[in-house]
This record gives sequence, structure tokens and C-alpha cells, in this order.
Amino acid sequence: MSPNEEEIYQEHVLDHYEDPYHRGHVEQPTHHHEDDNPLCGDVIEIDLVIDSEGKISEAYFDGDGCCISQASASMLIEKMEGTHIDSVKNFSAEDMLKLFGPKLTPNRQKCCLLSWRVLQSAIYAPCDGDAQNKASLNESQTNREST
Amino acid sequence: MTDKGTSRSDSVNNQNVQQLNPAQWRSDFPILTKQIHDQPLIYLDNAATTQKPRQVLTAMDEVYEAKYANVHRGIHLLSEESTDLFEAARDTVCRFIGNVAREEVIFTRGTTEAINLVAGSWGDQNVSEGDEILLTEMEHHANIVPWQQLAARKGASIRWIPITDDGYLVLDDFSAMLSSKTKIVAVTAISNVLGTINPIERIIATAHAANVPVLVDAAQSVPHAQVDVRCWDADFVVFGGHKMLGPTGIGVLYAKRELLEAMPPFNGGGGMIRRVRKEGFEPADLPDKFEAGTPPFVEAVGLAAAIDYLENVGLDSIANHEQHLAARAIDALSSIEGVTVFGPPAPERAGIVSFQIEGVHAHDVAQILDRYGIAIRAGHHCAMPLHLRLNAPATSRASFYLYNTTEEVDALATAIEETQKVFRRK
Repeated sequence: MSPNEEEIYQEHVLDHYEDPYHRGHVEQPTHHHEDDNPLCGDVIEIDLVIDSEGKISEAYFDGDGCCISQASASMLIEKMEGTHIDSVKNFSAEDMLKLFGPKLTPNRQKCCLLSWRVLQSAIYAPCDGDAQNKASLNESQTNREST
Repeated sequence: MTDKGTSRSDSVNNQNVQQLNPAQWRSDFPILTKQIHDQPLIYLDNAATTQKPRQVLTAMDEVYEAKYANVHRGIHLLSEESTDLFEAARDTVCRFIGNVAREEVIFTRGTTEAINLVAGSWGDQNVSEGDEILLTEMEHHANIVPWQQLAARKGASIRWIPITDDGYLVLDDFSAMLSSKTKIVAVTAISNVLGTINPIERIIATAHAANVPVLVDAAQSVPHAQVDVRCWDADFVVFGGHKMLGPTGIGVLYAKRELLEAMPPFNGGGGMIRRVRKEGFEPADLPDKFEAGTPPFVEAVGLAAAIDYLENVGLDSIANHEQHLAARAIDALSSIEGVTVFGPPAPERAGIVSFQIEGVHAHDVAQILDRYGIAIRAGHHCAMPLHLRLNAPATSRASFYLYNTTEEVDALATAIEETQKVFRRK
């Protein structure tokens, strides 16, 4: 590394990248969402089990992409599992960048915010058979699943 | 400099090509002295855009400072001076691409606009429902999307000439793909990702045998090697200024005169008309017919200055130098474990080298190289269908120009090894 590096690839970032928290899938998720960042091809999908009280009892992510997109997803899942969906709603983009840590240029912020964006949609995206009365904000969900 | 045109086509013999010494030219480029993160800038993103020599900047400044007024409009002296400069710039382009007629050179805002002009004007007139447009899997989005838009408007379809795993066009079935339904073939001369140099003359000869015209995307070709559009016998050739030391906002459409004469105007407005009445308009003669609005004439002057500069360096020397840099880069990168280089082997390729490092995403590569002052491009390089074909969501790309040095190629290889270390801590 060059001596003056503003270190993006810090230990804890690389730790999450190489040994992510809950990378994989939930067997029977109640909520699911997937999205990509067409600019760089990063993909993140998130599976959630949200109980009747609105608590996220299980959270997993999977995906493909740069270190920042994957490490930030791992950090987010670790932070949000076990919390109420209200804390997800209250968790701002700024909070996400703070959670990640190292300062990012605007282009790389998009990488970091991909998983945050997917999670924000996932809580409104019940899986088939669990449509219940939760308003689905995301009409494109079924389309995406068929591709 | 006027005798350059006659000697250009017979100096391609490699033996006679003068060795290019980048040190001789680097001082003309103010930006190359810049420090990036306290390290000297190593600019290897030339396939995206190139840096500008002082000569180009000065030529444009001189117009703005002393000879600036709108072209083709005024009777006053300044307007005549700027008109003269604009038309002299056109003459320079005409000579540069193979002594074509001035009616055959249309200034556009860039390569993309030039293709949109052909797809919009010629395409609307000649493509109908059920027709086919032939593209290749290695096209830039600029040579895909305008055709997709045309196909959607007309109910036509697009067929794709496939590529091999090492980045060559598969032309075995090309003749068989051409039928009475085929209305145009649009192909890049050099892939902006793979560096493949396509056999344009052969493609055009085959297409012409089936009476199909060909558009050549020469955005990566005209800046780096001598192009003679008449040797190609191309029907349409497009390229842009900013990838060849010139300014942004200027591009060129070359087309055979009979095609341009038959095509309807594209953009409407001032400058492209002979007369306008309430009932309608009558288009101007070529080339004005396709240049609606105030043209980017200062940029055209800048482009002409860039052409003068390139000819002074020598296009053959530039091509030779870049081939040498690409070969060195491919050699160095292929010998690093975990690095995959895409495209044909050296030396049969242009100075564009795309690669992947196992376990490291292209964006992370670009981010870490940036810290070494090395500017490369990461992503899909406006060629998503090609990346799907390569099964690579993103690649890193180093691309060279006349001012790049062998030391810079070596620094790239070293920085790539350092990048791997960041991700190999265990």
C-alpha cells in the first residue's frame, strides 16, 4: 500500500468480505428482495424471517460484487438481525455509511448502499404465500424472480 | 504538412516505422505532470478518453481569443474567419481518413451521435418490418442501442455475429447470415474491451457481395492507426475527437456521398436548410444538411489540431508503440498467478488489455491502483452483452496511448501484485 492511503480495505472490512456474517439463504423466508447496481454488476439478495411482532428473527444475504458491496451487506445483516423492522426503517443511508466506516467517494458509496437499499425494500416484499396484509412496495419483485 | 496525405498509405511497412519515444511527447501534455495521491499520474484509461496536448488547447484558445463568431452566419470578418477555420478543419479530417470529399464528412457531437444519425436517418428510410440488422457480440453500447431503438420502431430484429473465447469474431457463417432481409452490418474496427482488431476489409467485401452496407465504429481505431476509409470501402465510418487527443463534443460521420444524398436530414434547425417557408423546408446541400444548429466549430478546430499532432508523431509509430506496450502488459500480467487476460494474444491486437484478478472485484482493483496514481477503468466498459458472453460481470482495463511508457506498464504489473496482497492476508 502506498504510505498515504486513506485505508478503505481495513481489517474489519476485509474480515467481513472474506468471512461474511450469514451469507446464504433462509429455508423459508417470509420476505425477500434482490437488486443490482448496473454500473458495476454488484448483486445483493436478502432473505428475512419477520415474525408477527415485526421482529427480524433471521436474516441472510447472498450476492456477488466488489469488496465494499459484499462487506457492507455482511455488516448490515449482522446489525439488523434480531431488531424490529422499525429500526430498519429508521436506519438512514448516512447511518449505513457510518456503519461501514472508511470514507468513500460518491461512486463507491453506491456500492456500500446497495445492501441497504435491498434491505429497505425487502421489509416491504413478502414472499408468495405470505402476502398477508403487508403492503408490497415492490411490484417488480415477481418479475425479477422469474429472470 | 500537406504532403502527408499521399505518403500515408504506403508507409505501413513495419520495418520503416520510426520507434516512438514517449519522453519526446509527454511534455506537451500538461496533465501528465499531475500528482495523484502524491504519486505521478500513470494514465492508462485512454480507451475511455485521452489527454490533450498543449497544441490542441492553444488552437482552441486562439479561436476564442481572436477569431470567434458564429460560422456560416455573418458577413462580418470574424464570422468569415471562424467559418474558414471550421471548413479548414473539415479539410484536415477529409485528408486524414483517406482523401475523401468534403461532402462526405459530417461533424457530429461524437461517435454516439454519428451512429444515432445513421440509425435515425438512413435506418428509418431503409429498414422495415421483418428486416435484420447485423451486429457483433463485442459492440459498444453506442453501436447497439441506436439499432435496438430502430429495430423496435420498425419491427425489425437484430442478429449477432458471435465471438470465440479468445475474442475473435466468428466469421465462418457470416455469409450465410446475410440475406435479402439484412439491411446493414454495424461492426467495430477494434474492440474497446478485448483489443481485437477486426478484419474490416474482409467483412465489408463479404457484406457488399450480398449488397449489404456496412457501418464501421472506428472510435478505437482512427486514434491509434492509419485508417483509409476508401481502402476499407466502408459505407459509414464513425469516430470521436476526445479519444484522439481532441476535445469532447466533436465527432465525425464519414459516409459515401450517394448515401448521404439519399438520406433525409436527421436533426432539424438552422444551418441545415436552404430555405424555410410556412409550408415546409428545403434541406441544404451536403455536408450542411446534417449539421443543424451551431456546430461545435471550436471543437472541430481542436480536432484538426489533434490530427496535425498525431500525424507529426506518426500514426504507424503510435500503432507500433501501443502494440509493444500491450505485448509487455499481457506478458507481465499473464505471468502473475490468479490474473486472467482477455482477448487475442499479442501482437495481433490494439493497446487495450482487459483482465480479471481472481478473488478481487474490478472496482476494488481500480480503487487500489488509484492509490498508486494509476488510472484504469473498471466495469463493463459500455459492453454489457460482451461481458455476459465472457461470463465476467466486470473487468479491469488498461489502455495505452502514445505518451505511455514501458515503465508505466511495469508499474501496473507491480501494483496488481500489491493489490493481490491486500486480499491475501491469511
